[in-house]
Amino acid sequence: MNKSVDELKQISLKVREHIIRMSTNGGCFLGASLSCTDILVYLYHNYLNINKHLLDDPSRDYFFLSKGHDVPALYGTLAELGFIQKERLKNHLSVNDFIYWHPNVHIPGVEFHSGSLGHLLSVAIGVAKDIKMKKGNNRVVVVLGDGELNEGSVWEATLIAAAFKLDNLIVIIDRNQFQANVRTEELIPLEPLERKFEAFGWNYFTCDGHDFNYLDETFKKLPLNDGRPCVISADTIRGKGLPSIEQQADRWFCNFTHEEIKMLLSELHSQEISQLKSETLFVR
Amino acid sequence: MTYENILRNLVNTDERFIVLTAENRAAIRNLPEEIKDKFIDVGISEQTMVGMAAGLAKRGRIPVCHALSAFLTMRAFEFIRTDIGIPGYPVKLVGAVAGFLSEANGPTHQALEDISLMRTIPGMNIFCPSDIEDMLIGLKQVLLDRNPWYIRYNNLLPPVNHEKDFHIGKAEIISVGYEINIITFGTLLRQAMEASEILNSKRRLTGVINLRTLKPIDEELILKTCTSSPLVITLEDHFLTGGLFSIVSEILVKNRVMANVFPISLKNKWFKPSLLNDAISYEGFDGENIAKIILAEFNKQVHSSVFF
Repeated sequence: MNKSVDELKQISLKVREHIIRMSTNGGCFLGASLSCTDILVYLYHNYLNINKHLLDDPSRDYFFLSKGHDVPALYGTLAELGFIQKERLKNHLSVNDFIYWHPNVHIPGVEFHSGSLGHLLSVAIGVAKDIKMKKGNNRVVVVLGDGELNEGSVWEATLIAAAFKLDNLIVIIDRNQFQANVRTEELIPLEPLERKFEAFGWNYFTCDGHDFNYLDETFKKLPLNDGRPCVISADTIRGKGLPSIEQQADRWFCNFTHEEIKMLLSELHSQEISQLKSETLFVR
Repeated sequence: MTYENILRNLVNTDERFIVLTAENRAAIRNLPEEIKDKFIDVGISEQTMVGMAAGLAKRGRIPVCHALSAFLTMRAFEFIRTDIGIPGYPVKLVGAVAGFLSEANGPTHQALEDISLMRTIPGMNIFCPSDIEDMLIGLKQVLLDRNPWYIRYNNLLPPVNHEKDFHIGKAEIISVGYEINIITFGTLLRQAMEASEILNSKRRLTGVINLRTLKPIDEELILKTCTSSPLVITLEDHFLTGGLFSIVSEILVKNRVMANVFPISLKNKWFKPSLLNDAISYEGFDGENIAKIILAEFNKQVHSSVFF
């Protein structure tokens, strides 16, 4: 039961509302969450064989959010799908729940905890390898941040996934061009990513990570049977949906006032720039 | 029965078991042919091996991972702590050439803080057999345990016929000493036994305890030994910090017990690389020198005290 592009857009707006509401009373990694929202919404609605009734089914698809700091997008996506009650998102950062700054398995639908970058590609390789050994057809999808590609363990795992011919493994790079504080290309340049991944034995694709048609076309053309893992570099915009923070280097971890949250929620729909006074907090 | 036999039998009879290595095949040379796709070599990539083991464990497997101790416990430490420790997966980490067993490799290969590191991880357990026989006696129980384990692999020849009855958290009493007890584990058991023989020949009644597992540890026996013997020695091929002496100290303080405990360990330095027995002697860990150190300590601490 795939959703239409219009339906996906409506769902993405709702997920973004959840994310914005989490960027107060302690805040969250707002920009990174907004950049991967459309990818997660697309995957959960139109690609992955996962739902709240399949949580323990070994033939389900597996999704790993390796760049764990963008978990508000995952919380929002899971809440819209009923994995957790929407009400529960109000417990963000509360000691009485587990809705904190990084993913954890206390939240139904979260397959593995993350937060330390460069881990979940290795974990995903273990899952993908086991699926291959048991001749399963399920797919394993991992979202990595572009800044996360600085981690050596990512490249170690990239070599190994190719060596093991894990063509059931799909990596999506949330290519929002930023790491915590600066643009990726101004710090440790990543490009040309295509040549890097192809040299490592992967199939490489690019797409617009906010365009559902483009995402769909790209996912549909993944071979998944040629002995090579796939990587999609999805071009995204950090802070997507809120022009006042889009691509602003200092809008990484955000903790806004309730007044500002109201303005941002309105900006999400009107695209009129809010006058934000709060300084961005750097937490890392 | 060999180490490989035990692994092969487990893999062949229990589909959960799977063998991983970061291209360290010394202990498992015949397994690739024998267990086929249940043998996974990731190359020289300890971090990915451990992360992958977590993924396999998530799918219900029990991965048994092999690498040199120094690289397994240090290069991949955060992967062990984060991907195995947090979920508490029953992954088994087998570290080779720990302590003096790295012989002439040099300080890069010397795992002298492996126990200290592994025991900080909640839920992680530690098995330090003294030799091949001791290891094989406990191996199956440890591999089948539902918790994560670090195993300090040891294939030396046994210096003693070991007690076949193995219980996790229970030490093996090699001999009972009414004046001095040497508590040890792993490679240095033979030196402890040599030292105890020398001391007994000088009429200092000395016993030896082989701990087998360091986490959980035989707290009851340690307390009993420390409260009943005038002098207790902790002997370890590990840094002083965080190893056996630390563990014993913690137990004593926790139980508000005062005791004469003297550590023999690598104090704040790496050992001079050489062949096993030469390195052990050079660093003063041979039986004769240990006996000398213990006797001097006994005379200083005990002989002059109110006990006698």
